[in-house]
Amino acid sequence: MPDSRTEPLTINMGPQHPATHGVLRLLLDLEGEVIVGTRPIIGYLHTGFEKEMENRTYHQNIVFPARIEYLATFIEEMAYVTAVEKLLGITPPPRAQVARIILAELSRIASHLVWLGSSAIDVNVSSGFMYCLQDREQILDILEMASGQRMMHGYFRIGGLHRDLPEGFEARVRRLAEGLAARVDEYDSLLTDNLIWRRRLEGVAVLTPQAALAYGCTGPILRGSGVNYDVRKAFPYGGYEQFEFDVPLGKNGDAFDRYIIRLEEMRQSRRIILQALDRLPGGPVIVDDRKIALPPRGELVRGMEAVIHQFKLVSEGLHPPVGEVYAAVESPRGEKGYYLVSDGSNRPARVRVRAATFNNLQALPAMVYRGFIADVVVAIASLDVVLGDVDR
Amino acid sequence: MRSAAALVALLRERLPDLDLEVTEFRGEVTAIVPAGRAFDALLALRGAPDWTPVLTDLTAIDRFPAEPRFEVVYLLTGYAPPVRLRVKARLPGDAPVIASVTGLWSGANWLEREAYDMFGIRFEGHPGLTRILMPDDWEGHPLRKDFPLTEEPVQFNGHTPKVPSAIIPKSPPRR
Repeated sequence: MPDSRTEPLTINMGPQHPATHGVLRLLLDLEGEVIVGTRPIIGYLHTGFEKEMENRTYHQNIVFPARIEYLATFIEEMAYVTAVEKLLGITPPPRAQVARIILAELSRIASHLVWLGSSAIDVNVSSGFMYCLQDREQILDILEMASGQRMMHGYFRIGGLHRDLPEGFEARVRRLAEGLAARVDEYDSLLTDNLIWRRRLEGVAVLTPQAALAYGCTGPILRGSGVNYDVRKAFPYGGYEQFEFDVPLGKNGDAFDRYIIRLEEMRQSRRIILQALDRLPGGPVIVDDRKIALPPRGELVRGMEAVIHQFKLVSEGLHPPVGEVYAAVESPRGEKGYYLVSDGSNRPARVRVRAATFNNLQALPAMVYRGFIADVVVAIASLDVVLGDVDR
Repeated sequence: MRSAAALVALLRERLPDLDLEVTEFRGEVTAIVPAGRAFDALLALRGAPDWTPVLTDLTAIDRFPAEPRFEVVYLLTGYAPPVRLRVKARLPGDAPVIASVTGLWSGANWLEREAYDMFGIRFEGHPGLTRILMPDDWEGHPLRKDFPLTEEPVQFNGHTPKVPSAIIPKSPPRR
Protein backbone atom coordinates (compact mmCIF):
# COMPACT_ATOMS: atom_id res chain seq x y z
CA MET A 1 0.00 0.00 0.00
CA PRO A 2 1.98 3.02 -1.21
CA ASP A 3 -0.11 5.78 0.39
CA SER A 4 -0.79 4.17 3.77
CA ARG A 5 0.16 6.25 6.75
CA THR A 6 -0.10 5.62 10.46
CA GLU A 7 -0.84 7.96 13.27
CA PRO A 8 -1.12 7.23 16.99
CA LEU A 9 -4.56 6.34 18.28
CA THR A 10 -5.47 8.10 21.50
CA ILE A 11 -7.62 6.17 23.91
CA ASN A 12 -8.95 7.08 27.29
CA MET A 13 -8.50 4.86 30.33
CA GLY A 14 -10.38 5.76 33.47
CA PRO A 15 -11.23 7.55 35.65
CA GLN A 16 -13.65 4.77 36.50
CA HIS A 17 -11.55 1.89 35.22
CA PRO A 18 -11.37 -0.85 37.85
CA ALA A 19 -7.66 -1.38 37.31
CA THR A 20 -6.70 2.20 38.12
CA HIS A 21 -7.13 1.73 41.89
CA GLY A 22 -9.17 4.85 42.33
CA VAL A 23 -10.06 7.71 40.06
CA LEU A 24 -7.01 7.97 37.85
CA ARG A 25 -7.47 8.88 34.21
CA LEU A 26 -4.92 8.12 31.54
CA LEU A 27 -4.77 9.27 27.96
CA LEU A 28 -2.80 6.68 26.04
CA ASP A 29 -1.33 7.22 22.58
CA LEU A 30 -1.07 3.87 20.85
CA GLU A 31 0.63 2.53 17.79
CA GLY A 32 -1.19 -0.76 17.52
CA GLU A 33 -0.71 -2.35 20.93
CA VAL A 34 2.36 -0.32 21.74
CA ILE A 35 2.23 2.78 23.93
CA VAL A 36 4.00 5.83 22.60
CA GLY A 37 2.58 8.40 25.00
CA THR A 38 0.90 8.51 28.40
CA ARG A 39 -0.74 11.51 29.96
CA PRO A 40 -2.00 10.91 33.51
CA ILE A 41 -4.84 13.23 34.50
CA ILE A 42 -5.31 13.54 38.23
CA GLY A 43 -7.29 15.67 40.63
CA TYR A 44 -10.58 13.79 40.64
CA LEU A 45 -10.20 13.12 44.35
CA HIS A 46 -8.83 16.53 45.31
CA THR A 47 -10.38 17.40 48.65
CA GLY A 48 -8.37 20.43 49.74
CA PHE A 49 -6.90 18.82 52.85
CA GLU A 50 -4.06 21.33 53.01
CA LYS A 51 -6.48 24.27 53.02
CA GLU A 52 -8.67 22.58 55.61
CA MET A 53 -5.72 21.96 57.89
CA GLU A 54 -4.62 25.57 57.71
CA ASN A 55 -8.00 26.55 59.09
CA ARG A 56 -8.05 24.25 62.08
CA THR A 57 -5.98 23.89 65.21
CA TYR A 58 -3.14 21.43 65.53
CA HIS A 59 -5.28 19.02 67.57
CA GLN A 60 -8.24 19.16 65.22
CA ASN A 61 -6.00 18.25 62.32
CA ILE A 62 -5.21 14.79 63.72
CA VAL A 63 -8.29 13.41 61.97
CA PHE A 64 -7.12 14.33 58.46
CA PRO A 65 -3.97 12.30 57.80
CA ALA A 66 -5.66 8.90 57.88
CA ARG A 67 -8.20 10.17 55.38
CA ILE A 68 -5.50 11.32 52.97
CA GLU A 69 -3.84 7.93 52.63
CA TYR A 70 -6.53 5.59 53.73
CA LEU A 71 -4.62 2.32 53.47
CA ALA A 72 -1.73 3.01 55.81
CA THR A 73 -3.68 4.94 58.40
CA PHE A 74 -1.44 4.79 61.46
CA ILE A 75 1.65 5.64 59.44
CA GLU A 76 -0.12 8.77 58.25
CA GLU A 77 -1.10 9.78 61.76
CA MET A 78 2.46 9.16 62.86
CA ALA A 79 3.75 11.45 60.11
CA TYR A 80 1.55 14.32 61.24
CA VAL A 81 2.07 14.02 64.99
CA THR A 82 5.82 13.57 64.47
CA ALA A 83 5.88 16.85 62.56
CA VAL A 84 3.99 18.71 65.28
CA GLU A 85 6.20 17.18 67.97
CA LYS A 86 9.27 18.30 66.07
CA LEU A 87 7.81 21.79 65.84
CA LEU A 88 7.21 21.81 69.59
CA GLY A 89 10.54 20.16 70.35
CA ILE A 90 9.08 17.35 72.45
CA THR A 91 9.54 13.57 72.48
CA PRO A 92 6.72 11.21 73.44
CA PRO A 93 7.30 8.76 76.32
CA PRO A 94 9.01 5.44 75.45
CA ARG A 95 5.85 3.37 75.76
CA ALA A 96 4.02 5.61 73.31
CA GLN A 97 6.92 5.44 70.86
CA VAL A 98 7.07 1.66 70.84
CA ALA A 99 3.28 1.34 70.67
CA ARG A 100 3.27 3.69 67.68
CA ILE A 101 5.86 1.57 65.92
CA ILE A 102 3.83 -1.61 66.48
CA LEU A 103 0.70 0.04 65.10
CA ALA A 104 2.54 1.65 62.19
CA GLU A 105 4.14 -1.62 61.14
CA LEU A 106 0.78 -3.39 61.40
CA SER A 107 -0.58 -0.67 59.12
CA ARG A 108 2.25 -1.26 56.69
CA ILE A 109 1.47 -4.97 56.48
CA ALA A 110 -2.24 -4.22 56.06
CA SER A 111 -1.46 -1.78 53.26
CA HIS A 112 0.85 -4.19 51.48
CA LEU A 113 -1.80 -6.89 51.75
CA VAL A 114 -4.33 -4.67 49.97
CA TRP A 115 -1.71 -3.95 47.34
CA LEU A 116 -0.89 -7.63 46.89
CA GLY A 117 -4.53 -8.63 46.72
CA SER A 118 -5.53 -5.94 44.26
CA SER A 119 -2.47 -6.54 42.10
CA ALA A 120 -3.28 -10.23 42.04
CA ILE A 121 -6.82 -9.51 40.90
CA ASP A 122 -5.42 -7.24 38.16
CA VAL A 123 -3.54 -10.22 36.72
CA ASN A 124 -6.52 -12.51 37.29
CA VAL A 125 -5.39 -14.31 40.43
CA SER A 126 -8.71 -13.65 42.14
CA SER A 127 -8.17 -16.09 45.00
CA GLY A 128 -5.12 -14.09 46.11
CA PHE A 129 -7.38 -11.10 46.70
CA MET A 130 -9.60 -13.06 49.06
CA TYR A 131 -6.70 -14.46 51.08
CA CYS A 132 -5.04 -11.06 51.42
CA LEU A 133 -8.16 -9.20 52.45
CA GLN A 134 -8.93 -11.86 55.02
CA ASP A 135 -5.52 -11.37 56.61
CA ARG A 136 -5.86 -7.62 56.43
CA GLU A 137 -9.16 -7.84 58.26
CA GLN A 138 -7.43 -9.59 61.15
CA ILE A 139 -4.94 -6.73 61.36
CA LEU A 140 -7.72 -4.16 61.20
CA ASP A 141 -9.39 -5.97 64.11
CA ILE A 142 -6.28 -5.34 66.17
CA LEU A 143 -6.12 -1.69 65.09
CA GLU A 144 -9.77 -1.40 66.09
CA MET A 145 -9.00 -3.00 69.44
CA ALA A 146 -6.45 -0.27 70.16
CA SER A 147 -8.20 2.74 68.72
CA GLY A 148 -11.88 1.89 68.38
CA GLN A 149 -11.84 2.32 64.61
CA ARG A 150 -10.87 0.05 61.77
CA MET A 151 -9.44 2.76 59.55
CA MET A 152 -9.89 6.40 60.59
CA HIS A 153 -8.35 5.96 64.01
CA GLY A 154 -7.51 9.38 65.44
CA TYR A 155 -5.63 7.50 68.17
CA PHE A 156 -2.28 9.26 68.16
CA ARG A 157 -2.03 12.54 70.02
CA ILE A 158 0.52 15.30 69.94
CA GLY A 159 2.98 13.99 72.52
CA GLY A 160 1.77 10.41 72.74
CA LEU A 161 -1.37 8.33 72.49
CA HIS A 162 -5.00 9.00 73.29
CA ARG A 163 -4.99 6.24 75.93
CA ASP A 164 -3.02 3.17 76.88
CA LEU A 165 -3.11 0.02 74.78
CA PRO A 166 -5.98 -2.25 75.82
CA GLU A 167 -5.57 -5.38 77.90
CA GLY A 168 -4.66 -8.43 75.85
CA PHE A 169 -3.31 -6.30 73.00
CA GLU A 170 0.22 -7.67 73.15
CA ALA A 171 -0.89 -11.31 73.22
CA ARG A 172 -3.13 -10.74 70.25
CA VAL A 173 -0.47 -8.99 68.18
CA ARG A 174 1.99 -11.75 69.02
CA ARG A 175 -0.48 -14.41 67.92
CA LEU A 176 -1.05 -12.58 64.65
CA ALA A 177 2.66 -12.03 64.04
CA GLU A 178 3.35 -15.70 64.63
CA GLY A 179 0.76 -16.78 62.11
CA LEU A 180 1.80 -14.14 59.62
CA ALA A 181 5.12 -15.71 58.68
CA ALA A 182 3.41 -18.79 57.28
CA ARG A 183 0.85 -16.65 55.45
CA VAL A 184 3.51 -14.54 53.72
CA ASP A 185 5.34 -17.73 52.76
CA GLU A 186 2.08 -19.01 51.33
CA TYR A 187 1.68 -15.93 49.13
CA ASP A 188 5.28 -16.33 48.15
CA SER A 189 4.74 -19.89 46.99
CA LEU A 190 1.37 -19.05 45.44
CA LEU A 191 2.70 -16.23 43.27
CA THR A 192 6.48 -16.16 43.01
CA ASP A 193 6.71 -19.49 41.23
CA ASN A 194 3.53 -18.96 39.28
CA LEU A 195 4.43 -18.89 35.59
CA ILE A 196 1.63 -16.48 34.65
CA TRP A 197 2.49 -14.10 37.47
CA ARG A 198 6.15 -14.06 36.49
CA ARG A 199 5.45 -13.55 32.79
CA ARG A 200 3.14 -10.65 33.53
CA LEU A 201 5.53 -8.95 35.95
CA GLU A 202 9.08 -9.71 34.89
CA GLY A 203 10.66 -7.05 32.71
CA VAL A 204 7.47 -4.97 32.80
CA ALA A 205 7.29 -1.31 33.87
CA VAL A 206 11.05 -0.98 34.17
CA LEU A 207 12.36 2.18 35.78
CA THR A 208 16.06 2.97 35.75
CA PRO A 209 17.65 4.28 38.96
CA GLN A 210 18.47 7.56 37.18
CA ALA A 211 14.84 8.08 36.19
CA ALA A 212 13.61 7.10 39.65
CA LEU A 213 15.89 9.72 41.24
CA ALA A 214 15.00 12.40 38.69
CA TYR A 215 11.29 11.92 39.34
CA GLY A 216 11.78 11.90 43.10
CA CYS A 217 10.37 8.40 43.44
CA THR A 218 10.65 6.84 46.88
CA GLY A 219 9.64 3.66 48.63
CA PRO A 220 9.51 0.29 46.88
CA ILE A 221 9.63 2.01 43.48
CA LEU A 222 13.02 3.56 44.21
CA ARG A 223 14.33 0.50 46.05
CA GLY A 224 13.13 -1.73 43.24
CA SER A 225 15.52 0.18 40.99
CA GLY A 226 18.32 -0.59 43.42
CA VAL A 227 18.68 2.74 45.26
CA ASN A 228 19.01 2.23 48.99
CA TYR A 229 16.84 4.84 50.65
CA ASP A 230 14.46 4.14 53.47
CA VAL A 231 13.44 7.09 55.67
CA ARG A 232 13.49 4.79 58.70
CA LYS A 233 17.21 4.21 58.13
CA ALA A 234 18.32 7.52 56.59
CA PHE A 235 16.43 9.93 58.86
CA PRO A 236 15.26 7.78 61.80
CA TYR A 237 12.14 9.01 63.58
CA GLY A 238 10.05 7.81 66.49
CA GLY A 239 12.71 5.39 67.78
CA TYR A 240 13.25 3.32 64.62
CA GLU A 241 17.01 3.56 65.10
CA GLN A 242 16.71 1.04 67.97
CA PHE A 243 15.24 -1.68 65.79
CA GLU A 244 16.96 -4.19 63.59
CA PHE A 245 15.56 -4.68 60.12
CA ASP A 246 16.82 -5.00 56.58
CA VAL A 247 15.94 -2.86 53.59
CA PRO A 248 15.34 -5.14 50.60
CA LEU A 249 16.64 -3.86 47.26
CA GLY A 250 15.85 -4.84 43.68
CA LYS A 251 18.12 -5.12 40.70
CA ASN A 252 16.07 -4.78 37.53
CA GLY A 253 13.60 -2.07 38.55
CA ASP A 254 10.66 -4.00 37.12
CA ALA A 255 7.26 -4.83 38.58
CA PHE A 256 8.50 -8.20 39.77
CA ASP A 257 11.26 -6.62 41.87
CA ARG A 258 8.72 -4.31 43.49
CA TYR A 259 6.58 -7.32 44.29
CA ILE A 260 9.52 -9.15 45.89
CA ILE A 261 10.43 -6.03 47.88
CA ARG A 262 6.95 -5.55 49.28
CA LEU A 263 6.75 -9.21 50.20
CA GLU A 264 10.06 -8.92 52.03
CA GLU A 265 8.95 -5.69 53.70
CA MET A 266 6.04 -7.55 55.25
CA ARG A 267 8.51 -10.01 56.77
CA GLN A 268 10.70 -7.16 58.00
CA SER A 269 7.70 -5.37 59.52
CA ARG A 270 6.84 -8.58 61.35
CA ARG A 271 10.41 -8.65 62.63
CA ILE A 272 10.09 -5.08 63.92
CA ILE A 273 6.76 -5.89 65.58
CA LEU A 274 8.22 -8.90 67.42
CA GLN A 275 11.18 -6.81 68.64
CA ALA A 276 8.83 -4.06 69.74
CA LEU A 277 6.63 -6.49 71.67
CA ASP A 278 9.68 -7.79 73.52
CA ARG A 279 10.71 -4.34 74.65
CA LEU A 280 7.37 -2.57 75.11
CA PRO A 281 8.09 -0.57 78.27
CA GLY A 282 5.59 0.48 80.93
CA GLY A 283 4.86 4.01 82.01
CA PRO A 284 2.81 6.90 80.69
CA VAL A 285 1.67 7.09 77.08
CA ILE A 286 1.54 10.87 76.73
CA VAL A 287 3.73 13.75 77.83
CA ASP A 288 2.69 15.44 81.07
CA ASP A 289 3.15 18.97 79.72
CA ARG A 290 -0.24 20.53 80.37
CA LYS A 291 0.29 23.11 77.64
CA ILE A 292 0.39 20.28 75.09
CA ALA A 293 -1.60 17.29 76.35
CA LEU A 294 -4.96 17.29 78.08
CA PRO A 295 -4.87 16.66 81.85
CA PRO A 296 -6.09 13.22 82.96
CA ARG A 297 -9.73 13.02 83.88
CA GLY A 298 -9.00 12.47 87.58
CA GLU A 299 -7.20 15.80 87.91
CA LEU A 300 -10.13 17.75 86.59
CA VAL A 301 -12.27 17.07 89.65
CA ARG A 302 -9.50 17.93 92.07
CA GLY A 303 -7.82 21.06 90.83
CA MET A 304 -8.79 24.36 89.27
CA GLU A 305 -5.52 24.52 87.39
CA ALA A 306 -6.28 21.34 85.48
CA VAL A 307 -9.66 22.75 84.51
CA ILE A 308 -8.02 25.92 83.18
CA HIS A 309 -5.51 23.90 81.16
CA GLN A 310 -8.27 21.70 79.78
CA PHE A 311 -10.33 24.75 78.85
CA LYS A 312 -7.43 26.51 77.16
CA LEU A 313 -6.40 23.47 75.16
CA VAL A 314 -9.92 22.68 74.03
CA SER A 315 -11.06 26.22 73.27
CA GLU A 316 -7.78 27.54 71.82
CA GLY A 317 -5.34 24.74 71.21
CA LEU A 318 -1.61 24.82 71.60
CA HIS A 319 0.71 27.57 70.44
CA PRO A 320 3.95 26.28 68.95
CA PRO A 321 6.93 28.61 68.46
CA VAL A 322 7.39 30.46 65.17
CA GLY A 323 9.28 28.26 62.75
CA GLU A 324 8.95 25.56 60.16
CA VAL A 325 9.70 21.86 60.17
CA TYR A 326 9.59 18.99 57.74
CA ALA A 327 9.07 15.55 59.21
CA ALA A 328 9.00 12.49 56.99
CA VAL A 329 8.10 8.88 57.61
CA GLU A 330 8.47 5.80 55.46
CA SER A 331 4.99 4.95 54.30
CA PRO A 332 4.31 1.76 52.31
CA ARG A 333 4.49 3.96 49.20
CA GLY A 334 7.59 5.92 50.04
CA GLU A 335 8.54 9.11 51.78
CA LYS A 336 5.52 10.78 53.34
CA GLY A 337 6.33 14.17 54.74
CA TYR A 338 4.49 16.93 56.54
CA TYR A 339 5.91 20.40 56.18
CA LEU A 340 4.44 22.65 58.85
CA VAL A 341 4.90 26.40 58.97
CA SER A 342 3.95 28.01 62.26
CA ASP A 343 3.35 31.72 62.75
CA GLY A 344 2.99 31.23 66.50
CA SER A 345 -0.80 31.14 66.50
CA ASN A 346 -2.98 28.16 67.30
CA ARG A 347 -3.30 27.23 63.63
CA PRO A 348 -0.59 26.22 61.20
CA ALA A 349 0.16 28.93 58.64
CA ARG A 350 0.84 26.27 56.04
CA VAL A 351 0.53 22.51 55.99
CA ARG A 352 2.15 20.83 53.06
CA VAL A 353 1.63 17.13 52.54
CA ARG A 354 4.50 15.64 50.59
CA ALA A 355 2.78 12.66 49.01
CA ALA A 356 4.93 9.75 47.91
CA THR A 357 2.51 8.55 45.25
CA PHE A 358 2.30 11.99 43.62
CA ASN A 359 5.96 11.76 42.67
CA ASN A 360 5.84 8.04 41.98
CA LEU A 361 2.92 8.40 39.58
CA GLN A 362 4.89 10.95 37.57
CA ALA A 363 7.23 8.15 36.54
CA LEU A 364 4.39 6.13 34.98
CA PRO A 365 4.83 7.49 31.41
CA ALA A 366 8.53 6.56 31.54
CA MET A 367 7.67 3.10 32.85
CA VAL A 368 5.18 2.12 30.20
CA TYR A 369 6.78 3.81 27.18
CA ARG A 370 7.05 1.33 24.30
CA GLY A 371 5.28 -1.28 26.37
CA PHE A 372 2.02 -3.04 25.65
CA ILE A 373 -1.32 -1.65 26.68
CA ALA A 374 -1.98 -4.69 28.88
CA ASP A 375 1.16 -3.84 30.85
CA VAL A 376 -0.24 -0.45 31.88
CA VAL A 377 -2.49 -2.29 34.30
CA VAL A 378 0.50 -4.07 35.80
CA ALA A 379 2.48 -0.81 35.95
CA ILE A 380 -0.29 1.00 37.83
CA ALA A 381 -0.63 -1.94 40.20
CA SER A 382 3.12 -2.03 40.84
CA LEU A 383 3.09 1.70 41.66
CA ASP A 384 0.57 1.04 44.43
CA VAL A 385 -1.24 4.32 43.87
CA VAL A 386 -3.65 5.66 46.44
CA LEU A 387 -5.49 8.45 44.71
CA GLY A 388 -6.44 10.09 47.98
CA ASP A 389 -2.74 10.59 48.53
CA VAL A 390 -2.03 11.79 44.98
CA ASP A 391 -4.84 14.33 44.92
CA ARG A 392 -5.06 15.22 48.63
CA MET B 1 28.83 16.70 51.21
CA ARG B 2 28.32 15.53 54.75
CA SER B 3 26.13 18.26 56.15
CA ALA B 4 23.80 21.08 55.27
CA ALA B 5 26.38 23.55 56.61
CA ALA B 6 28.92 22.24 54.10
CA LEU B 7 26.40 22.78 51.32
CA VAL B 8 25.80 26.36 52.42
CA ALA B 9 29.56 26.92 52.46
CA LEU B 10 29.77 25.48 48.96
CA LEU B 11 27.02 27.81 47.82
CA ARG B 12 28.93 30.80 49.25
CA GLU B 13 32.09 29.65 47.51
CA ARG B 14 30.55 28.99 44.10
CA LEU B 15 28.32 32.06 44.02
CA PRO B 16 30.21 34.71 46.00
CA ASP B 17 27.89 37.52 44.90
CA LEU B 18 24.77 35.67 46.04
CA ASP B 19 22.71 37.46 48.67
CA LEU B 20 22.31 34.46 50.98
CA GLU B 21 20.40 34.29 54.25
CA VAL B 22 20.68 31.13 56.32
CA THR B 23 18.37 30.14 59.15
CA GLU B 24 18.24 27.04 61.30
CA PHE B 25 15.30 25.69 63.29
CA ARG B 26 15.11 22.28 64.99
CA GLY B 27 18.21 21.18 63.12
CA GLU B 28 16.80 22.02 59.69
CA VAL B 29 18.81 24.44 57.61
CA THR B 30 17.06 26.85 55.25
CA ALA B 31 18.96 28.91 52.69
CA ILE B 32 16.99 31.92 51.47
CA VAL B 33 18.13 33.19 48.09
CA PRO B 34 16.87 36.02 45.84
CA ALA B 35 14.21 34.75 43.44
CA GLY B 36 16.23 35.76 40.39
CA ARG B 37 19.15 33.63 41.52
CA ALA B 38 17.23 30.59 42.78
CA PHE B 39 17.92 28.60 39.64
CA ASP B 40 21.67 29.35 39.80
CA ALA B 41 21.79 28.34 43.45
CA LEU B 42 19.93 25.07 42.80
CA LEU B 43 22.16 24.34 39.82
CA ALA B 44 25.24 24.87 41.98
CA LEU B 45 23.82 22.61 44.69
CA ARG B 46 22.94 19.93 42.19
CA GLY B 47 26.52 19.89 40.99
CA ALA B 48 27.98 19.65 44.49
CA PRO B 49 30.65 16.94 44.81
CA ASP B 50 29.71 13.61 46.50
CA TRP B 51 26.09 14.64 46.69
CA THR B 52 23.25 13.68 44.38
CA PRO B 53 20.36 15.76 45.58
CA VAL B 54 16.82 14.71 44.84
CA LEU B 55 14.06 17.28 44.69
CA THR B 56 11.94 15.79 47.45
CA ASP B 57 9.43 18.58 47.51
CA LEU B 58 8.62 21.87 45.87
CA THR B 59 5.87 24.00 47.30
CA ALA B 60 4.93 27.55 48.19
CA ILE B 61 3.82 29.54 51.19
CA ASP B 62 1.47 32.52 51.15
CA ARG B 63 2.38 35.18 53.74
CA PHE B 64 -0.57 37.43 52.89
CA PRO B 65 -0.86 40.34 53.70
CA ALA B 66 2.90 40.65 54.19
CA GLU B 67 5.19 41.57 51.29
CA PRO B 68 7.00 39.85 49.63
CA ARG B 69 3.97 37.68 49.76
CA PHE B 70 5.02 34.28 48.40
CA GLU B 71 7.82 31.94 49.25
CA VAL B 72 8.77 29.09 46.93
CA VAL B 73 10.30 26.24 48.92
CA TYR B 74 12.59 23.58 47.47
CA LEU B 75 13.47 20.64 49.67
CA LEU B 76 16.61 18.84 48.54
CA THR B 77 17.60 15.46 49.92
CA GLY B 78 20.81 13.57 49.39
CA TYR B 79 20.39 9.88 50.07
CA ALA B 80 23.94 8.78 50.80
CA PRO B 81 24.94 10.35 53.12
CA PRO B 82 21.49 11.50 54.20
CA VAL B 83 21.46 15.30 54.17
CA ARG B 84 18.56 17.68 53.74
CA LEU B 85 18.67 21.32 52.74
CA ARG B 86 15.77 23.65 52.19
CA VAL B 87 16.09 26.48 49.68
CA LYS B 88 13.63 29.32 49.64
CA ALA B 89 12.97 32.24 47.34
CA ARG B 90 10.65 35.14 48.10
CA LEU B 91 8.29 36.48 45.44
CA PRO B 92 6.13 39.60 45.29
CA GLY B 93 2.34 39.33 45.44
CA ASP B 94 1.47 41.14 42.19
CA ALA B 95 3.47 39.10 39.65
CA PRO B 96 5.00 35.99 41.20
CA VAL B 97 7.37 34.56 38.59
CA ILE B 98 10.35 32.26 39.08
CA ALA B 99 12.50 30.12 36.79
CA SER B 100 11.40 26.52 36.40
CA VAL B 101 13.69 23.74 37.60
CA THR B 102 12.16 21.05 35.38
CA GLY B 103 15.47 20.99 33.50
CA LEU B 104 17.27 19.97 36.69
CA TRP B 105 14.76 17.43 37.99
CA SER B 106 12.01 15.96 35.81
CA GLY B 107 9.98 15.46 38.98
CA ALA B 108 9.60 19.23 39.31
CA ASN B 109 7.08 19.15 36.47
CA TRP B 110 4.00 18.19 38.49
CA LEU B 111 5.20 19.91 41.64
CA GLU B 112 5.46 23.24 39.80
CA ARG B 113 2.09 22.67 38.18
CA GLU B 114 0.63 22.13 41.63
CA ALA B 115 2.24 25.31 42.99
CA TYR B 116 0.84 27.20 39.99
CA ASP B 117 -2.59 25.66 40.47
CA MET B 118 -2.75 26.38 44.20
CA PHE B 119 -0.90 29.72 44.43
CA GLY B 120 -0.80 31.18 40.94
CA ILE B 121 2.99 31.28 40.84
CA ARG B 122 4.31 31.21 37.27
CA PHE B 123 7.33 29.04 36.53
CA GLU B 124 9.18 30.37 33.50
CA GLY B 125 10.41 27.69 31.15
CA HIS B 126 7.98 25.02 32.34
CA PRO B 127 6.95 22.77 29.42
CA GLY B 128 3.21 22.90 30.16
CA LEU B 129 2.12 25.01 33.07
CA THR B 130 -1.53 24.05 33.47
CA ARG B 131 -3.74 23.24 36.42
CA ILE B 132 -3.24 19.80 37.82
CA LEU B 133 -5.56 19.19 40.78
CA MET B 134 -8.31 21.76 40.23
CA PRO B 135 -10.56 21.70 37.14
CA ASP B 136 -9.17 23.56 34.12
CA ASP B 137 -11.89 26.20 34.26
CA TRP B 138 -11.47 26.94 37.97
CA GLU B 139 -11.14 30.59 38.93
CA GLY B 140 -8.64 31.64 41.56
CA HIS B 141 -5.93 29.78 43.41
CA PRO B 142 -7.31 27.90 46.42
CA LEU B 143 -4.32 27.89 48.77
CA ARG B 144 -3.94 31.65 48.69
CA LYS B 145 -4.85 33.15 52.03
CA ASP B 146 -7.38 35.51 50.44
CA PHE B 147 -9.24 32.59 48.88
CA PRO B 148 -12.02 31.93 51.38
CA LEU B 149 -12.72 28.52 52.83
CA THR B 150 -16.45 28.09 52.48
CA GLU B 151 -18.89 25.26 52.61
CA GLU B 152 -20.66 24.19 49.45
CA PRO B 153 -24.40 24.94 49.47
CA VAL B 154 -26.55 21.85 49.96
CA GLN B 155 -29.91 20.95 48.48
CA PHE B 156 -31.76 20.16 51.71
CA ASN B 157 -33.13 22.31 54.54
CA GLY B 158 -32.16 22.45 58.18
CA HIS B 159 -28.44 22.78 57.61
CA THR B 160 -26.57 25.88 58.63
CA PRO B 161 -23.24 26.13 56.80
CA LYS B 162 -20.47 26.09 59.33
CA VAL B 163 -17.00 27.27 58.40
CA PRO B 164 -14.37 25.57 60.54
CA SER B 165 -12.62 28.85 61.23
CA ALA B 166 -15.68 29.85 63.24
CA ILE B 167 -15.51 26.84 65.56
CA ILE B 168 -12.22 27.66 67.26
CA PRO B 169 -11.18 31.21 66.43
CA LYS B 170 -7.61 31.98 65.52
CA SER B 171 -5.67 33.22 68.52
CA PRO B 172 -2.58 35.40 68.37
CA PRO B 173 0.94 34.09 69.08
CA ARG B 174 2.12 33.81 72.67
CA ARG B 175 5.08 35.77 73.84
